[in-house]
Amino acid sequence: MKNILYVTQREYLTRVRKKSFIIMTLLGPVLLAGFYGLIFWLAISDMGGKEVRLVQVVDRSGVFAEGIENSGTMHYIVESPAPAPAKDTLPPEEGYYGKLIIPEDFSIDAPSGARFISEKSLSIMDQESMENQLESTIKRMKLTRAGLRSETLDSLKTHVKVASSKISQDGELKSNDTMVNAGAGFIGAFLIYLFIFLYGVQVMKGVAEEKSNRIVEVIISSLKPFELMMGKILGVAAVGLTQVLIWVCLSGVLMFAITGVIGSQAVDPQMAQQAMEQSGRSVPPGIEQSGFLSALFQLDFTLLLGGFLFYFVTGYLLYSAMFAAIASAVDSETDTQQFMFPVTIPLIFSIVVAQTVVIKDPTGTLATWFSMIPLTSPIVMMVRLPFGVPGWQLLLSMIFMIFGFIAITWLAARIYRVGILMYGKKATWRELFKWMLYRG
Amino acid sequence: MLSVNHVSKQYAGKKALDDVSLQAEAGSVLGLLGPNGAGKTSLIRIITMITAPDEGEVLFNGQKMHSGLLSSIGYLPEERGLYRKMSIQDQALFFGRLKGLDTKTCQRELDAWSERLDMTGWKKKRLDELSKGMQQKVQFVLTVLHKPRLLILDEPFTGFDPVNAEIIKQEILRLRDEGAAILLSTHRMESVEELCDRISLINNSRMILEGPVNEVRERYRIHEFALEYSGELPRQGNTWTLISQEHKLDGKHRAVISCEEDQRENKLLKELSDLVHIHSFTEKLPSIKEIFIQTVAEKS
Repeated sequence: MKNILYVTQREYLTRVRKKSFIIMTLLGPVLLAGFYGLIFWLAISDMGGKEVRLVQVVDRSGVFAEGIENSGTMHYIVESPAPAPAKDTLPPEEGYYGKLIIPEDFSIDAPSGARFISEKSLSIMDQESMENQLESTIKRMKLTRAGLRSETLDSLKTHVKVASSKISQDGELKSNDTMVNAGAGFIGAFLIYLFIFLYGVQVMKGVAEEKSNRIVEVIISSLKPFELMMGKILGVAAVGLTQVLIWVCLSGVLMFAITGVIGSQAVDPQMAQQAMEQSGRSVPPGIEQSGFLSALFQLDFTLLLGGFLFYFVTGYLLYSAMFAAIASAVDSETDTQQFMFPVTIPLIFSIVVAQTVVIKDPTGTLATWFSMIPLTSPIVMMVRLPFGVPGWQLLLSMIFMIFGFIAITWLAARIYRVGILMYGKKATWRELFKWMLYRG
Repeated sequence: MLSVNHVSKQYAGKKALDDVSLQAEAGSVLGLLGPNGAGKTSLIRIITMITAPDEGEVLFNGQKMHSGLLSSIGYLPEERGLYRKMSIQDQALFFGRLKGLDTKTCQRELDAWSERLDMTGWKKKRLDELSKGMQQKVQFVLTVLHKPRLLILDEPFTGFDPVNAEIIKQEILRLRDEGAAILLSTHRMESVEELCDRISLINNSRMILEGPVNEVRERYRIHEFALEYSGELPRQGNTWTLISQEHKLDGKHRAVISCEEDQRENKLLKELSDLVHIHSFTEKLPSIKEIFIQTVAEKS
């Protein structure tokens, strides 16, 4: 036990003193905050200050004589009378984003043949917006033809929101939002996925380095290979936790500062609201800002944070034990690829499953099973957690995770103790299996 | 101190060690010899508990070897290795603590060894800032820092220039005199003759020769004598035959003679001194190198 502590301490101190660690730890939040700032700035520019594009409409059909409904970003100027057809192939006039040509045979019952000509290619968003505005204008015309008045049409606009709430056994209601749940779960799962790779690879590199530098034989004449492996894994885990903790603190401070600076300069809530209304955009269906925040604050942060820490630590320990075993079996780091892929398949698979199956049906059979298997549960259970997981399922998953970690670490250690002293032998899966069975 | 009893080990159906036994006493140097692949490293790994034997046992001071006793062993493997980016002081602290030393003792011992081996000023340096010879010195110091009672040295002179090799040799002898049992595995036969009290020769995973160096040499005596003389030596005597002769300008000659197995040295010397004037007379015992080659060739 003492030896594990010494190895852990050495790993930790050596790594945190490295220049690369210090630079990455300090630069990480700056990059993250910079990225966050950029998104925030773009979002604000998109909301408030997006340039309005003018579209020259050449309407030969006369359908849009009364104009086309403008959107927040595109305004339609219908030319009347329409210029000669020969001019259709000419670029749009100066000041216009493009030229929308409505052919003679275009009608509200057969709305086909519209063309858009511009010097720059049309973005998907703009194309979609243009089609939406044309459809909306035609729809309004059809309804007027059917005898509905403009005021009646306006009164037809209906917006329904279903507020989702969770009820506990004792009847306590909690606001619940699917988007918020999915977002929170997926962020946690993605971070676990990222950290397992990031720090697991460090363990692998460390083992490969010790093996190729031939330090191993000197060390394991003083301690058991298992102690060396565990010490390394725990040391890197401590480095990871330190780095994550610093990142969280620094990112929080930086993001707060950036939001404050950009926000105070560019965001006037009223202006933002106006901009959103103008742009014809609304917050995603079913989410009102107050509902969103309420759902966010209703998340069980203690459970999520506890779950994140548990599955991050055990998931990392489980996978890094496998990474250590792989590195011990090969002579150089480059030879690890053949073993890396099969080992990381469950991890990659679980992130794919989490994005699709679990988010669609977090309480389904597949999601439940994958949140029980130790190789996939760190990711899948993390996605399920915000949606509410029965206590027994969570407990069972954690017990399986602990036993899975012990079993896999034990097997990995059996490969490690043989592999670490094996040089010049090309290891195969069969060979690794044989090493597990070796005595002593 | 160290007793290896009937140890056998097999890897993937191939025997690495077959019923090997040896003893290493406190205050003596045991040479562990054998051609490449004979099983020396396998035996050392079993003694240091890196691997376990399939059969047999290893006793240390009468106690069955267990992990608690590893702190009494110092092992310098043939393939050296330390952390390249770590300072000498940090490495000493790490390895010393693994061997049960506290921080203060580590520092004190490192200082003492640094002074003794002319390494002062190296403490703060990283290993990759030192030359290969200096790195070898550091590795030796880290092996003996915790004053091991059993010191296992696998090719300890590799990478040293003659001056530093001599320094290390003297340090090994000093440690022996202080009571350590030393197991020396080497292919440098001159070192074996200079340092070892006993040898154990392994070939094809079996122990084929064992005993005190002089006794082994006696055992392999070929009954040849070298003499320096003045006068005329015939080609053959009653109990001996001349093998080679070398004439010198100063009137003293050298010759090697071979005699019958049961011949006594005194009788032979008397017979020779009746014929010529003897200046020196010594038995030509085979060197350990010659014994090594002969034995390994015979057993192969």
